[in-house]
Amino acid sequence: MNFENILEIPPYSLNKEDKEKLLNDRLIKLTKFHKENCPEYSRILDSIDFKVDSIKSYKDLPFLPVRLFKELELKSVDKSEIVKTMTSSGTTGQAVSKIFLDRTTSSNQQKAMVKIVSSFTGSSRMPMIIIDCPSVVKNRMMFSARGAGILGFSMFGSKKIYALDDDMKLDVDAMRDFLLKYKGQKILLFGFTFMIWQHFYKELIRLEKEGVKFDLSNGIMIHGGGWKKLVNEAVSPEEFHQRLNNVCGLDSIHDYYGMVEQTGCIYMQCECGHLHASIFSDIITRRPIDFSECDFNEKGIIQVLSTIPESYPGHSLITEDEGIILGEDDCPCGRKGKYFKITGRMKNAELRGCSDTYAAKFK
Amino acid sequence: MTNLEKYNKTFTETLGISEDELQGLEYQGISQWDSVGHMGLVSAIEDEFDIMMDTDDIIDFSSYEKGKEILKKYDVEL
Repeated sequence: MNFENILEIPPYSLNKEDKEKLLNDRLIKLTKFHKENCPEYSRILDSIDFKVDSIKSYKDLPFLPVRLFKELELKSVDKSEIVKTMTSSGTTGQAVSKIFLDRTTSSNQQKAMVKIVSSFTGSSRMPMIIIDCPSVVKNRMMFSARGAGILGFSMFGSKKIYALDDDMKLDVDAMRDFLLKYKGQKILLFGFTFMIWQHFYKELIRLEKEGVKFDLSNGIMIHGGGWKKLVNEAVSPEEFHQRLNNVCGLDSIHDYYGMVEQTGCIYMQCECGHLHASIFSDIITRRPIDFSECDFNEKGIIQVLSTIPESYPGHSLITEDEGIILGEDDCPCGRKGKYFKITGRMKNAELRGCSDTYAAKFK
Repeated sequence: MTNLEKYNKTFTETLGISEDELQGLEYQGISQWDSVGHMGLVSAIEDEFDIMMDTDDIIDFSSYEKGKEILKKYDVEL
């Protein structure tokens, strides 16, 4: 099965058995492909004496630590095929991951993301407010995860504005004009969790005291990038939602989990508050002691698998995040596949995520 | 201005290139037509012809020629 076939299947329609069949086929194929085309990857597999022909399930595939992409430039296509290099977000002084994309992988990332997000927003594009500053997408040679996130979601916007200026100040007049112009229409708001809290929510609270209030009850907000800083400020996801709702009437708010090493395969939070794996990807939680698979409701280290990466060997990765798989195929929202929550980062893990690395500046 | 002239203008103005570069031009073929340039180009075309493209068409819009084909779906004859 190639990726084109997978794209034709609705993203949350397969039950456990059918999804496993699909993943076994595609992920084992990708492992063979990368072994043949990425010398470093091939040596890694050899060093652990891994024989791809001997495995039956994608669950037995080796997983690379996400950090490896900081240390090695891993690609499975010729340098001339690379059209875009993406970098992870890191705090100042941290090494960043480099992810090399060719045309196919880059386009498949976008296609998968459209399928996933449309399941939540509907397929029509909407006026969009980007809660960030325009300079983030300016440096085009090296694409930061933050810029890539914004650009990826921009596809769902028809008319767009950046709500913040380059000093990260809310442009109140521009917001007011925009909302007036598109009054009565569904509006998409996108941003990173901490930026929304610090530069949008807090500003709306301040404005409210001055008698300025925005009505975003028609809005749908998608945000991601990490909760670390807000956890320190004792803001839970529920409270984040509740407080935004109080100040501007927003009710449809979706967090997402994703990383630059597997762009495209994002895990969106459903109406019931659960993050969901689509058919394009899967998540496995593992016990730190021996990397065996956790049971549902048992906390473990998160492994992510994606059917997309062809230009770099990033289809099976072990993250430094911890989470709990809550169930499979039976979320009350009706979407099939595993659903889970993130509980935090492993101790001594580096700070990552567009929201968390930015927040590190706010001591 | 004919529709073709308008279409060409969105490319030359958004990407900062000349008309003789348009034939055979592909997405990611020049540095200006990267993913950022792409979204700019899409907005310019949408404004010029007063249309809204589907997300699938934004992704499929992979070359100068392909864009012409896509525009037909929105009743824009070039």
